[in-house]
Amino acid sequence: MLKKIAIALVALFSCFLGLQAQEANSVSQPQVHEIDTVQYLENVVVYGRKPYAEVIPAQTLAGKKLEGLNSHSIADAIRYFSGVQVKDYGGVGGIKTIDIRSMGTNHLGVFYDGIQLGNAQNGQIDLGKFSLDNIEEISLYNGQKSEIFQPARDFGSAGSVYIKTRRPKFAGNKNDNFNVTMRTGSFGLANPSVRWEHRFSRTLTMSLSAEYTYATGQYHFRYRKKFSDGTIAWDTTAVRKNGDVQAFRAEGAIFGTIEDGKWNAKFYYYDSERGIPGAIVNNVWMNSQRQWDRNFFAQGGWQKHLSDRFEMMLNAKYACDFMHYNNPDTTLMLVDNKFWQDEIYVSSANKYTIMPDWDVNLSVDYKWNYLNSTLINFSYPQRHTTLVALATARTWHRFKCQASLLYTMINDRYKTVYQGETLAHHSKWMHKFTPAVFMNYQPIARYDFYLRAFYKRIFRMPTFNDLFYTDMGNANLRPEYANQFDFGFWYQRLREDGFFTGLKFTADAYYNTITDKIIAVPSGRGQYRWTMMNIGKVRIIGVDVSARATMHMARDFNVDINLSYTYQKARDYSDPEDTGYGGTYKGQIAYIPWHSGSVVGRATWRDLDVNYSFIYVGERYSTSCNERAYHQQPWYTHDLSASYTFRMGSTKLKLSAEVNNLFNQYYDVIVNYPMPGRNYKLIVKFDF
Amino acid sequence: MKKSFYYIILITATLALLNSCREDEVIYIKEVVPVTQPEYTSVEGFYLLNEGVMQHDLASLDYYNYATGEYERDVYTDANPTVVMELGDVGNDIGIYGSKMYMVINCSDKVEVVDKRTVKRIGQIDIPNCRYIKFYQGYAYVSSYVGPVVLEGEGNDEDVYQLGAVFKVDTTTLQVVDKCVVGRQPDELDIVDGKIYVANSGGYSQGAMIGYENTVSVIDIATFKEEERIPIAINLLGCKCDRRGILWVSSRGDYHGTPSMLYAYDTQKRRLVKSFDVRVSNMCLEGDSLYVISKEWSSLSQGYANGTYAIINTKTLEVVNEQFITDGTDSRIVQPYGIAVNPITKDIYVTDGLNFVQFGFLYCFGQDGVMKWRIRAGNIPAHFVFLGDNINEQ
Repeated sequence: MLKKIAIALVALFSCFLGLQAQEANSVSQPQVHEIDTVQYLENVVVYGRKPYAEVIPAQTLAGKKLEGLNSHSIADAIRYFSGVQVKDYGGVGGIKTIDIRSMGTNHLGVFYDGIQLGNAQNGQIDLGKFSLDNIEEISLYNGQKSEIFQPARDFGSAGSVYIKTRRPKFAGNKNDNFNVTMRTGSFGLANPSVRWEHRFSRTLTMSLSAEYTYATGQYHFRYRKKFSDGTIAWDTTAVRKNGDVQAFRAEGAIFGTIEDGKWNAKFYYYDSERGIPGAIVNNVWMNSQRQWDRNFFAQGGWQKHLSDRFEMMLNAKYACDFMHYNNPDTTLMLVDNKFWQDEIYVSSANKYTIMPDWDVNLSVDYKWNYLNSTLINFSYPQRHTTLVALATARTWHRFKCQASLLYTMINDRYKTVYQGETLAHHSKWMHKFTPAVFMNYQPIARYDFYLRAFYKRIFRMPTFNDLFYTDMGNANLRPEYANQFDFGFWYQRLREDGFFTGLKFTADAYYNTITDKIIAVPSGRGQYRWTMMNIGKVRIIGVDVSARATMHMARDFNVDINLSYTYQKARDYSDPEDTGYGGTYKGQIAYIPWHSGSVVGRATWRDLDVNYSFIYVGERYSTSCNERAYHQQPWYTHDLSASYTFRMGSTKLKLSAEVNNLFNQYYDVIVNYPMPGRNYKLIVKFDF
Repeated sequence: MKKSFYYIILITATLALLNSCREDEVIYIKEVVPVTQPEYTSVEGFYLLNEGVMQHDLASLDYYNYATGEYERDVYTDANPTVVMELGDVGNDIGIYGSKMYMVINCSDKVEVVDKRTVKRIGQIDIPNCRYIKFYQGYAYVSSYVGPVVLEGEGNDEDVYQLGAVFKVDTTTLQVVDKCVVGRQPDELDIVDGKIYVANSGGYSQGAMIGYENTVSVIDIATFKEEERIPIAINLLGCKCDRRGILWVSSRGDYHGTPSMLYAYDTQKRRLVKSFDVRVSNMCLEGDSLYVISKEWSSLSQGYANGTYAIINTKTLEVVNEQFITDGTDSRIVQPYGIAVNPITKDIYVTDGLNFVQFGFLYCFGQDGVMKWRIRAGNIPAHFVFLGDNINEQ
């Protein structure tokens, strides 16, 4: 027994050492053991058939594991996935965007309860704005969710994050669940939230939740430099100002089941005001810009087996977003801009089962976007997007394969003002076809060992800002393409008893290219004038590795350890002339570390739950000119949390305490945007 | 059981090893790079101020030493290692007056004052959003975008705009002693016959109803009051006065249908004497020659125009050379940005800002327009000042 344990640990340990030796890297950590029984039953009972297993499983954080992480926002949680970099401008209210496998933020699709969140203005979804309060599961897919029965839009990103809000679940005859949570801690945080779930009948449930966040956003930060002999040249500590945030979120959903199907409808409302703390530079320690956001969407879905072989899914969404940016500082350019965005989206997915192991799907989506603004000479752009996806999934014994072809048709309409005259324009109709192929093979039936591979070609459209931003946009921009090749494997071993109850190992190697990358380039003298051009070219070679072990230490005492590691060589091939000292050719692109990784450990003993997490991001450069002036030090944080649940019948009271950045490391993710040092949080959660 | 704990501890220890990866940030000491043969004239060298892209706090100072033929990078941090957050954010102008050198650091809201030879810090003058500097009789005059805020109109026609100012600074005490309100977003200034001429841009109003400025403000130094505003063209930037009292003023245009232009204004006859259909983003006056460079993006044609590298004779007011780079090097220059001409040898220095986020290039051309050498400078190399005892260091 002990020998077996030792061998297994050595294996685990050596993979970790391998990580240090910079070989390996990772992708997925689906819920191997913690299959959510309620949901599993739901699937099985309601549909009466086994869901089609994903060809390439996602990396997923869900349930207690997600709850245990010291994360305030979805962006904080996603940091634990391999192959992902978070751009974090610091603090509770700072922008946090995700870059997957170095392809750039705009290539990532973020789906909230099944429907993509859009931002036609700048293409970026600030995941810092989405709290974890009402979230049940976060999954990350490279390529696309390898399931064919989905809207056409789900085929349209180079990588996707699926955020699933909590589904109401009722124990026994209980028809109402209530949850009251209060979080407080550093940065003057006050974060109460409430949730009510109600069961009208066996086939109809609903949930309502609301949350308020307030934080002063103040924290100490420290910058210092030393002489080469180690003595201090300068050392300064200051307080981060104008990082306050105030946000209100309300969300409601209704879930119904029908014969051979289900439906849901939901709304989401978010209203916030925040300070934009800005960059810290010599002689400037504070900024005063502010931003207001109001986001609303309502969406619904319906899904039914119309016959044994034919299944249909309909989705629709309306979203409207408001953003107001204000600079009141009279020493700088006074700015007071407002932007309004609308999106209307409808989708139909139709799956037909030709044979028990052969499915085809046809999805058709239509999307309309509109941007309005108070800017003078604004172009009021509209975009009509039609997406058609044809996909098929086939299983031959232990080999599974999926292929999809996405057709995208886009037309933009906009206005220009030239010498007092307003002219209406139509962009050329754009037609693009982009394919994807996913494969999975299990060589030996007895072992949970799977080989997998995928290829995907996709593009991202230039955003409205890229195309039409007053004086800066370039209406001639072409789409930016991402090509991905991935090959990997995963292996798992589960056991009922013994010390190791589960072991899992995944590894993926990938090669991505980005062509026609849209880059801001100077358009004249002075730094206020830039324009966008399709001049970038990036090649990315990467390895993602992850390992997971669950251990049964003693009675009621379990330990779960996750390791993930990413190696990325993401090089700039834009300008072959630009070589030598200070050149960018073949330089590692901005903010992509060669090495990054995380370790998450969780120990549970009865109702006590202790979590430790460690994140490491290696050295990076802030541009693809890899010289000392742009060098960014590695950073790593250790977070610790503990929680205890008191139970009285069906009533639960959970107390948690968190310490983040335990060793008080002062670091920047984005240059001159200091991150907080050690900070604390207390959470009281009351369920009844 | 015990053994497994032991392994877990080992794993944790391995993690701790990762902690050793982070190093202390070390200050930049200067890098000295041999460039060419030494040259001995009364011009000892020149400083090149690299702007540094906004928000990155990357302004830096380089020095070229003629006596050694060596290029020295980061001389400011080398001389002043203890200054918190280094030189600052966006170096916009540089000038020497007496024994001191002044660097206008736009987004750090200050003028940094150092010894012109040792580059040791003497002090700083806090002027918000400062742009350009000139000196006259013991005072430094600094243009700044910061002046009073004006509210005009009512209701839907309400327009808010900011006027700019010229700050007067005592060069011995380094204190601001006075300021004079001028037009909107004033840029370069020059001084002739006891008068300051400032080019007003109105650059902040590009998207506002009020539109660009189109005037040069004239300040009488004796009273330090704005005397008049001379209409020239929209969105002015450069403003240099030659020895005959001709003021050379450049307009940026509106980036749409109106291109950048160059204008000659006679300060004695008080009238515009000539306008030049020449694209200009930066210029340099040396003797009777005005060197003009440009490369512009046009949002109408959605492309870059060809680069301009022209010389104008300030005596005859004629373009005498439409292409002072003769060896084809101009095709390598992505974003011509800074220009200077050695007053003795007439060698021409042009900087290339490239994409603004990496290190740019400094090119040296002989009088014949053939490239002598080029070297990487800092991030957005832009503003020059020559050092020497008997030269006009401004």
